[in-house]
Amino acid sequence: MGIKKPFNEMLAEDGAMRPHYRTYSEWLADKTADFLPQKQREANALYTRLGITFAVYGDDVGTERSIPFDIIPRIIRPAAWDIISRGACQRVRALNAFLKNIYHDQEIIKAGIVPAEQVTGNSAFRPEMKGMKVPGDVYVHIAGVDIVKTGSGEFYVLEDNLRTPSGVSYMLENRKMMMRLFPDLFARMPVAPVDHYTDVLLENLIACAPERATQPTVVVLTPGAYNSAYFEHAFLAQQMGVELVEGQDLFVANDVVYMRTTAGPQRVDVIYRRIDDDYLDPLAFRPDSVLGVPGIFSAYRAGNVTLANAPGTGVADDKSTYLYVPKMIEFYLGEKPVISNVPTYMLGNADERAYALERLDELVVKEVQGSGGYGMLVGPTSTKEQIAEFRKRIEQNPANYIAQPTLALSTCPTFCESDILPRHVDLRPYVLSGKEVTLVPGGLTRVALREGSLVVNSSQGGGTKDTWILEDLSC
Amino acid sequence: MLSRQANNLYWMSRQIERAENTARLLDVTYRMSLLPYRITDNAQAWAEPWALPLIINGLASTYYERYPGAISTDKVLRFMLLDSTNPSSIFSLMHAARENGRSMRGIITAEMYEDLNAMWLELRSRGEAALEQGNMNEFFEWIKIQSHQFRGVTFGTMLRDEAYQFIRLGTFMERADNTARLLDVKYHLLLPSAADVGGAVDYYQWSALLRSVSALSSFRRIYRDQITPLRVAELLVLRADLPRSLHACMNEIYEILQGLCRNDSMEPERLAGELHAQFHYGRVEKIMVTGLHEYLMEFLDRLDQLHSELNSHFLVPADYDPTLRVPARAEAA
Repeated sequence: MGIKKPFNEMLAEDGAMRPHYRTYSEWLADKTADFLPQKQREANALYTRLGITFAVYGDDVGTERSIPFDIIPRIIRPAAWDIISRGACQRVRALNAFLKNIYHDQEIIKAGIVPAEQVTGNSAFRPEMKGMKVPGDVYVHIAGVDIVKTGSGEFYVLEDNLRTPSGVSYMLENRKMMMRLFPDLFARMPVAPVDHYTDVLLENLIACAPERATQPTVVVLTPGAYNSAYFEHAFLAQQMGVELVEGQDLFVANDVVYMRTTAGPQRVDVIYRRIDDDYLDPLAFRPDSVLGVPGIFSAYRAGNVTLANAPGTGVADDKSTYLYVPKMIEFYLGEKPVISNVPTYMLGNADERAYALERLDELVVKEVQGSGGYGMLVGPTSTKEQIAEFRKRIEQNPANYIAQPTLALSTCPTFCESDILPRHVDLRPYVLSGKEVTLVPGGLTRVALREGSLVVNSSQGGGTKDTWILEDLSC
Repeated sequence: MLSRQANNLYWMSRQIERAENTARLLDVTYRMSLLPYRITDNAQAWAEPWALPLIINGLASTYYERYPGAISTDKVLRFMLLDSTNPSSIFSLMHAARENGRSMRGIITAEMYEDLNAMWLELRSRGEAALEQGNMNEFFEWIKIQSHQFRGVTFGTMLRDEAYQFIRLGTFMERADNTARLLDVKYHLLLPSAADVGGAVDYYQWSALLRSVSALSSFRRIYRDQITPLRVAELLVLRADLPRSLHACMNEIYEILQGLCRNDSMEPERLAGELHAQFHYGRVEKIMVTGLHEYLMEFLDRLDQLHSELNSHFLVPADYDPTLRVPARAEAA
């Protein structure tokens, strides 16, 4: 698969406006030249003032940054959304079944579909979870499925995020911002609402509370104000109307989790934790963790508290496990995958490595455990030196890498300085599981702001866009 | 609310109040250091006005470690204003207050955080400019105004919930502590030799003390008479209508704790009530018989005890299994 011309989501091959962008472009046609620059400045100023920021914090003087926000919405037609939503939900159902299975009977291993080594040899596998019944059999309460579009009706899943996926606050804040900047557009176009996300999230968390709890107390657990996603943790807690706690606010007595309040200890039933497995409980996992709560895992095993997501989900979103997800869908659900995987070469495997090493200039190479766009090679946009350097790294530890063909990610119109230009995008919809598996019609569109760049991660110069799912096309 | 949140808010307001009081104290010291009436007897600690802020804050040894050699206006000012290694400098206090406010952004109002943040962003450049140009009064005024403003924004925008009560509690706990220390230093440490009592220096010191707690004109309106230690003590300890007096502070603290304490946490309220009654029904003549210094020292001890009770009941409670603990009093609910 060579690199073809990227699919333009707004303009057809012949330069004609695609139907779902028509209303928007007609609306924009009336505007004066300084309309968009003015609105972009307004948006930037609002984001700074509202303190919607991420990133690190220095010792004396704060360095808080906003993720660049692009004011041109990404518009998705109902038929495309249908594929995305069915595909994402199907995947999460299968991954959840996989997690339940590998921590119990392991039939998928016995059936020879996934090798035992892939599961139990994985550093994210938690033997402590074996044989444990989790409420509602839900392991992945919140999942982010990264999806790219490469042609009309043609989608691929790039990766699954099943640990503590972030970014949903941008989906919600971007929508608020767009409604503030362009209220008249929402009157003209049937954009599906997303702001009930936190209601659905809370409902699902409550649905997964231990049975004993009649009026469950839900909290959001954050590593603290210095974490790069702290804004999101505070935002979600506030929107759900629950306490935002740090590890130091919780303690465990007799296998029950309490939070320290000014009115004495208060029992906690469900913890939406935004702390990684490793740091959750110094008694069960990393003993040097000061972020977690000693004894929380034992309370969890005793069935006295629900952790969302469950510990040990990382084994299912690993880039080497990714390869098996289509087979999981068939094995557990008896269905064909709605959205395909990107063909993936395991570089630990000699044949596939030999094939890939010959074509590094065409491929994307990723670390199995990497994230955030770090530790990856995009062959077509790299220099010979960078490729040679990466080749050395692969040869030293081949099992640590996978390779995939470089996909021609679709482009969306993006406001760059003074022009509207096509830029590559991906999409992360957020799948919520509780009583059922659902997702709100929307997601986080990430856009690579640099011309030609295929890396959308915010740490690598990516920005975000509001994502509009149209409810019907009649307008 | 979470204990950590209550603790952060309590300390945020204590830190701002302490920064304001530090500015007040430095302002007075600065004025005193400019007076021609310097006492020449070097054997007395009070001979050097710049030792005063260090003694009050218990910082003398820290200071001498950082700035060896003779004490000087410039060095003490830098140490107390902008030295980040001094945890009681205005800089350190404001930094800590801002960090506490920042972590509580979901609870304090946006206006409160913006106010706090704006003050923090300007602090260093204003402080440096003041030290360079020597216009200290302007800088001290600015700090006082920032503190007034923050209290005003809090009063004007914040929900009257538990969080608000902990913010107020911090303000008055800190203020009571500061007023008591300030009065004690003048009365005890700056006690002049018999010959100087009633003299010009003595007079200036008492009036400077009153000015530092914004009480000089109030003194004149109430007493319309000479400034005497007895009257100053009465004003700063017993008068309920002077907003920085111990009595006024305990009125607020007692009232707040009546709202916050529950059946199983009555001890802070009881202690505050006891302290409050002591001012409410006290007489200055009797205090002077015991000795003002002893009286103030005992008050500071009890205030410290109250602070410990606040910690163990609200702010940093110890862990216990609530299913095993019998409540102090059976609750109907």
